[in-house]
Amino acid sequence: MTNIAEKISPGDKLIAELELNQDSLPGSETIRSTRRNALKSFSKQGLPARKSEEYKYSPVNRLFQKELTFATTSSVSDEKGNSFALAGLDASVIRILNGAVHIPVSGFDGITCAAWNLKSLPKEQLSFFENHFAHYALPDTDPFIALNTAAFQDVLIIKIADGAVLAKPILIQNITDSTHASFTQPRIFIYVGKNASVEIIEQFASTKKEQHTVCNAVSEIVVESGAKALFYKLQNDCPGLQLISTTQVYQHADSHFDTHTVTFSGSWTRNNLNIVPDGEHCETHLNGLFILNEEQHTDNHTLVDHRKPNCESNQLYRGILKNKSTGVFNGKIYVRPDAQKTNAYQSSKNMLLSDDASMYTKPQLEIYADDVKCSHGSSTGQIDEEALFYLRARGISADSARILLMQAFAKDVVNTIRIEPLRKEIELLIEKRLAH
Amino acid sequence: MLSIKNLKAGIEDKEILKGFNLEVKAGEVHAIMGPNGSGKSTLASVLAGREDYAVTDGSVQFLKKDLLDMSPEDRAREGLFLAFQYPVEIPGVSNINFLKTALAEIRQYKGLPPMEAKDFLKRVKEKQALVELQVSLANRSVNEGFSGGEKKRNEIFQMAMLEPVLAILDETDSGLDIDALRIVANGVNKLRAPERAFIVITHYQRLLEYIVPDFVHVMYNGRIVKSGTKELALELEEKGYDWIKKELGETIEA
Repeated sequence: MTNIAEKISPGDKLIAELELNQDSLPGSETIRSTRRNALKSFSKQGLPARKSEEYKYSPVNRLFQKELTFATTSSVSDEKGNSFALAGLDASVIRILNGAVHIPVSGFDGITCAAWNLKSLPKEQLSFFENHFAHYALPDTDPFIALNTAAFQDVLIIKIADGAVLAKPILIQNITDSTHASFTQPRIFIYVGKNASVEIIEQFASTKKEQHTVCNAVSEIVVESGAKALFYKLQNDCPGLQLISTTQVYQHADSHFDTHTVTFSGSWTRNNLNIVPDGEHCETHLNGLFILNEEQHTDNHTLVDHRKPNCESNQLYRGILKNKSTGVFNGKIYVRPDAQKTNAYQSSKNMLLSDDASMYTKPQLEIYADDVKCSHGSSTGQIDEEALFYLRARGISADSARILLMQAFAKDVVNTIRIEPLRKEIELLIEKRLAH
Repeated sequence: MLSIKNLKAGIEDKEILKGFNLEVKAGEVHAIMGPNGSGKSTLASVLAGREDYAVTDGSVQFLKKDLLDMSPEDRAREGLFLAFQYPVEIPGVSNINFLKTALAEIRQYKGLPPMEAKDFLKRVKEKQALVELQVSLANRSVNEGFSGGEKKRNEIFQMAMLEPVLAILDETDSGLDIDALRIVANGVNKLRAPERAFIVITHYQRLLEYIVPDFVHVMYNGRIVKSGTKELALELEEKGYDWIKKELGETIEA
């Protein structure tokens, strides 16, 4: 029996398991049909092969070397969940455990701001949800989107009403219970109504006892016209987690989307951030910061698809790599023929603190309009020895001087974080991560 | 205080200091002059502990300790200060945070408790006035966007903040107009004290009109070739460095 099992590829094994479970997975008829199509799409694509251009620097075979089964619900205690809280942050908290969405009793009035899972979604909201679900993150564009869409166990649905301005940020704790080997598929859909304003933090965390765990998360975010959404993705407390996280954003005219992807923890991380500003006068900011040590791997893939005129996008990524860590930045910008007067910028700067660390950067600009301003810049270097000596010559130890310089390097990104307690927490985490 | 004996040092395979000797006592001001390439800045770098330079021979005693054995930060903590010829811009590190960290680490090294925030700010204000440095230091990064004159004044301001025992001024006058020069020199003069010594490295005699030295040394080809009092500087100004070269002609060629 083991002989036969060995011959089945990890991708085929997942397909077999999903085919067996399709009927027991939740969702309306429409959702089920979406699932089935997604499964077909995954069967066609399979897991990215070693030579796959999109996963060239982040081969996924290591994630599937050991046997993985889809996660079942987990019972992480509230106490454990609370341990991931961010100091001083007053937020409405929603917890996702191994993909299962736990809707809190308080913090959401259901009118200006509603949060549901599949079970609690009111009937009258079903068609709203079906009209959006899987309409942005398309299964055919990426095998992991397909896999998540075929296999998700639950969905967190957040709906911000037109014109609502939320006083408190929403904190989504996406927790993976890594006490058992598992493969989780958390799924989020966020709808920001017209002229609404919201701040959302998605935190990835995992329980400490590390088994072979892979999390494949997909979020779809719709920002309606005139709305403003700040979205922070923080990975700070999941040392052994292997994460593929796709954030798919669709912007209507005059909207503003501002995002930060902060990766400190996690042994292997692939962030796919795909943004489609599909109306005029959209503003989009993509900021990223990662500090890696030991053998950590982080791959930031961004895609900004400018389809309409008069939009602006700005990407600012900073990475600090220690020991044998590896980083990837792949920034794709499309400017379609109609998207005249686009301003698109991209900057990726990285600092290597060891000879064994490596960084791969690949800007990809595809411009089909003629009246645009686009630029990109990337650099990978070491710590500035002149600055280091200057600080030491004033009595500052080499270690403190290095930390000061690295904090300064990260500051470009940190200073753009608008939620004060989050910025403070991130500053502390940076100091802690740099100190050893 | 400082005793340099037969110091030989260089970068890669090139020997630049070729048996340098100097004795500096507390309260003294020594000027080191010399043509370009004579090794003046190398001397400053070696004393401050710049790692690009390798010391191949000789010794440096500072306050009866082996200076060459110390890390750059320990030299600073022991009371050595180098005013850089080219102060480094450090974007993202605020001047205030930088000074606070430096003072805290120096005090910790000496076994002193950290300075009260109030006292620290008072000192900043006082010392800024000393060099007429009017920029807001709290919101600006170290030397970032400073003019040449501001950078040099910032060096003297830092010196005033850290209160060193021995200050080495590496061509602090270069790139300064006459007003800035006067301000910088004034700052230095106010810091002159019986327990503090200065080594003023300069190419021109001009600075020495304002900072009057006790001794003037002429450096050439990696060592001191002539020493005297402040009159020597005037003589150099008048006759130029060729005079020294000519005087040394025979020995150099030999």
